[in-house]
Amino acid sequence: MRDTSFLRRSQPVVALVLVVVSIGIPLWLVLVTAAKSQGEALNPDLSLPSEWHLLENLGQVWTQGEVLWASLGSLLVVVPSVVGVLLFGSMAAWILARRATRLNAVLYALAISGIVLPPAVVTVVLLLRQLGLAGTAVGMIGVYMGIYMSTVIFFVTGFVRTIPDSLEEAAQLDGASPLKVFWLVVLPLLRPVLATATILVCLYVWNDVFYAFFVIGGRLDTLPLNLFRVASAGLYLNNWHLIFAYVILMSLPLVVVFAVAQRKIISGITSGAVK
Amino acid sequence: MWFMAPAFAILLVFFFLPTVFNFVYAFTDWSGFKSSINPVGLENFTDLASNGTLFRSLRVTVVYAVLVAIFQNLFGFGLAVLLERDTLVNRVARVFFLIPVLMSALAVGYIFQALLKPTGGLNRLLGIDYAWLGDTTWTIVVVALIHAWKWMGLSMLIYLAGLKTISEDIVEAAHIDGASRWRTFWAVRFPLLAPAITFNVATALLGSMNGFDVAQATTGGGPARTTEILNIFIYRTFGQGLFAQATTMSLVLFLLVALMAFPVIYVLRKREEVL
Repeated sequence: MRDTSFLRRSQPVVALVLVVVSIGIPLWLVLVTAAKSQGEALNPDLSLPSEWHLLENLGQVWTQGEVLWASLGSLLVVVPSVVGVLLFGSMAAWILARRATRLNAVLYALAISGIVLPPAVVTVVLLLRQLGLAGTAVGMIGVYMGIYMSTVIFFVTGFVRTIPDSLEEAAQLDGASPLKVFWLVVLPLLRPVLATATILVCLYVWNDVFYAFFVIGGRLDTLPLNLFRVASAGLYLNNWHLIFAYVILMSLPLVVVFAVAQRKIISGITSGAVK
Repeated sequence: MWFMAPAFAILLVFFFLPTVFNFVYAFTDWSGFKSSINPVGLENFTDLASNGTLFRSLRVTVVYAVLVAIFQNLFGFGLAVLLERDTLVNRVARVFFLIPVLMSALAVGYIFQALLKPTGGLNRLLGIDYAWLGDTTWTIVVVALIHAWKWMGLSMLIYLAGLKTISEDIVEAAHIDGASRWRTFWAVRFPLLAPAITFNVATALLGSMNGFDVAQATTGGGPARTTEILNIFIYRTFGQGLFAQATTMSLVLFLLVALMAFPVIYVLRKREEVL
């Protein structure tokens, strides 16, 4: 048993070394490079900048990269997508979980097939053009809702099945309309699973660049699209200090949210997955 | 019944219809250069197959997905085992490993591009000048490692949750029966992690087959198109106005995922049932 106690004592050291090497080095690179002058950042390395230009670089990116507009664009797309997919998804999931008809079983299978199957990203553009939604926020929101609806329905249906339906029945007997039952009884009960789904969908949509490129590329700016443009543009080639300043600005909102709600988020993600 | 209407309307318009379109437009000459769209039969497929693009992209995508699934699960599992006990150090370490999960995959790609440049941080640190992202054989492994690095925190969380659900009694029973720690772990606790393994392997496979950001930001598909996964090809040909080719590849991706994902999930689920 001697070797186990040795393992036990060295475990914190191993953990810390791993954090420093695998997470610390890349993040350190971002920080020091974002604080360097253009000349120094030409070949990004781990050395400290001779002079700190962090705020200056952040300021330059803020104005040149149109971060404010891009943030607004991101919010404009992310907020309605997340709210919509959660609301409509849980409405459908409630029915799918409570009425076990054969038709509903088929509908459920169809609804969750999107978890596995990849969205048809090219033809969706064609469809949006025909609908007159190409390049608009509405089109983008619809596409995101279509992509993540399956995930939400899957998580919420599984959750609804675990909660007893006596509360809903009681409310119904008291004469509440289905809409009222859903809004006042069911939705509050779904809070844990909706929290999980919100985190996951926010994470994906906030950081998405692939689908955004096809649907709204060049029309509406979001933060990742802008980063992509900024980093691919010849203008910014080798301007690592600006790229990383942008990375800092863009990651900050999520990191702050995470830092504040860290415990909730971790338990939310883990409780949903392993059942 | 009408509670399900919004969700299914969105799924129909933004998910199923584009998928159906995929099966139609893959057999046409739709492009950005002319206004008419005519059926051409299997021409797109034979073109892509005859110049080798089809099979190279398929091979690259499958290799990439399998590598990511392996690395992401090894890392996530290792971290979960290492950080299992609820000490202060471990809690802090877990939070750090979740930072890459929150960051945009595009940003992660740029960080590693800077770190792995021939004159970049890692080579300086090691005192060598290996072109990490310029090797036609090994770069795909490097890119898969980066993808796994980004998502290993999420896998870690899922495995941690899985370890937590295993009751103390079973482990104690094994101890009383005289099993060593090592044997208890592999013979008792590891098999009970089956649901977590299913979830993690499936999500890693799906996530990497639909991958784009990491590969685009590190190599852009190079060198010599050896890391050109399907979505990068779709993005590139779409940008060139070759919509039909992009659609064809999108259909290929759809079929690949359908063919690969369902058997994998089925096999993993079967393993769970045996236990």
